[in-house]
Amino acid sequence: MAVAITAQGLGKVFNGTAAVDRLDLAVEPGELLALLGPSGSGKTTLLRLVAGLEAPDAGRLLFGEEDATRLAARQRRVGFVFQHYALFKHLTVADNIAYGLRVRPRRTRPPEAEIQRRVGELLDLVQLNGLGKRRPAQLSGGQRQRVALARALAVEPRVLLLDEPFGALDAQVRRDLRRWLRDIHERTGHTTLFVTHDQEEALELADRVAILNRGRLEQIGTPDDILDRPATAFVAGFVGEAVRLAVEAAPGTIRIGAQPISIPTGDVSGPAALFIRPRDLLVCDDGPDALSARVIAVRRTGPARRADISFGPGLPAVEVELPATSSVRKGDTLHVRLTAVRLFSSSRRGDDGRQS
Amino acid sequence: MRDAAIAESPWVRWLLIAIAVGFLALFLLLPLLAVFAQALSRGLGPYLSTFADADTQSAIRLTLLVAAIAVPLNLVFGIAAAWAIAKFSFPGKSLLVSLIDLPFSVSPVVSGLVYVLLFGAKGVLGPLMSDWDFKIIFAVPGIVLATVFVTFPFIARELIPLMQEQGSAEEEAALTLGASGLRTFLTVTLPNVRWALLYGVLLCNARAMGEFGAVSVVSGHIRGVTNTMPLHVEILYNEYDFVAAFAVASLLAGLALVTLVGKSVLEWRHGDELAAVRRH
Repeated sequence: MAVAITAQGLGKVFNGTAAVDRLDLAVEPGELLALLGPSGSGKTTLLRLVAGLEAPDAGRLLFGEEDATRLAARQRRVGFVFQHYALFKHLTVADNIAYGLRVRPRRTRPPEAEIQRRVGELLDLVQLNGLGKRRPAQLSGGQRQRVALARALAVEPRVLLLDEPFGALDAQVRRDLRRWLRDIHERTGHTTLFVTHDQEEALELADRVAILNRGRLEQIGTPDDILDRPATAFVAGFVGEAVRLAVEAAPGTIRIGAQPISIPTGDVSGPAALFIRPRDLLVCDDGPDALSARVIAVRRTGPARRADISFGPGLPAVEVELPATSSVRKGDTLHVRLTAVRLFSSSRRGDDGRQS
Repeated sequence: MRDAAIAESPWVRWLLIAIAVGFLALFLLLPLLAVFAQALSRGLGPYLSTFADADTQSAIRLTLLVAAIAVPLNLVFGIAAAWAIAKFSFPGKSLLVSLIDLPFSVSPVVSGLVYVLLFGAKGVLGPLMSDWDFKIIFAVPGIVLATVFVTFPFIARELIPLMQEQGSAEEEAALTLGASGLRTFLTVTLPNVRWALLYGVLLCNARAMGEFGAVSVVSGHIRGVTNTMPLHVEILYNEYDFVAAFAVASLLAGLALVTLVGKSVLEWRHGDELAAVRRH
């Protein structure tokens, strides 16, 4: 049932700009893969290429062993869920779900009773029993998106493609639907690709996450890989609320502003970028590994406190997480130690540099 | 309801309303009443006997025929043009949009003259037409052509903004669900624009039946053969047959009223779906 999706050198150019730039991607059968990236990174274009809604300018696309590069959208048997639902306004919920079955040629079209049964099952699956007679306009956003998913699943797609499926919903509904989508995926086992710009959503929901930037794949891996072992400076800066500090690296030591500290630098040397997340910093006593910083602001965030601190004039503020009981105040001097090192050479091309 | 700070003072409001209503009454309502009053000035008998006249009947038949050809042609053209403009991007698209508007900006007399210059005896294609013994100018085909030209924009203009607003997501959804292009068009695109389409057809029809200028140039005013209702009204009027002239005019006025009611009903019932459409 579940098939692999393979993109080989897939490319798409819009008005002279490569939206998807000779991209290689292998999605494993039955996997839930998130395409994560800033807007304009090409993630939606990639999804539309897989669906056949855009034609590639270069490369190949395989579903399992089958070459789908030139296959028309209607012959690909993909389930596509749109950000703004794209439900048929003039049809009832049940007719929306049945649409994909009713448009089949007579030879392969199931009898009407069978269609009704399938619609009933799908309404159960998306927990909308009894709403089959409603029109899309009479449903909430979350309900509409569930109808859209049921409609996509009705045609027994080979792969399921979701374009920012929760993008138009409010935070509470998003969280519920996220859990529910994970649940449905577990039960139906479709190879699923979903596009999002919300990293929390991607990292929580997906088996693996592919990070896209300017039409290229920066890194693909499990949420742990992405968070703990970012492969490029772009990934390190994009996930986990990181702040980028420009530093000077020499073997075994870096200088942040005027303060040198000894940390493992690998073979990075010269101008480099250090990415610091709030939990990477540990408050400690003064010492050779400690950095001293001035507290700019303190605020309460949920169960903890966070302080904005600065390592020196002209350096951007870095967040540090503190216990709720902390008595640190604005203007204090803190000593902190780095518990994780994400250091990348500053390449001539800005954030594109690979870890060296 | 309204914030006193941004509202005009009461007498300004009443003055504006009075001017608007007075203007409408003087320039629209009064003439309309005058048409019916004149038509019935000698009672119902002479009014009805107008419609027993063979030339009048012929004019009514011709008008219906012309509308029956022009409206479906522009229906097909309007849908095709709106579809192409709203859902695809192609070179020359903005030129096509301007061309659709051309009949709105050109005087109807010029629209008629164009066809005389093209197909008339001394026109570019005139000799060809006489070789084939096919009359266009001073014949029914010319009237149909002129009417099609003048009513060109009505349906396309209603559909384009609506289709543009709706985007292509529903069509794309239908495609991924396995529907063919034609099926997608019939089950998704058309139902989404049906009320705007009907609205456009109403306006197109009203104009097709009422067109005077362009038709007058190409018709030749041959009684019982190439006279449409508006032309017939003019002829009767010039012959001082006021009752008959206004009787035929009352039919046209009736058509306008029916169109107006139909338009209002559509706006009232399906205003949300027409919201994207520029009001006429």
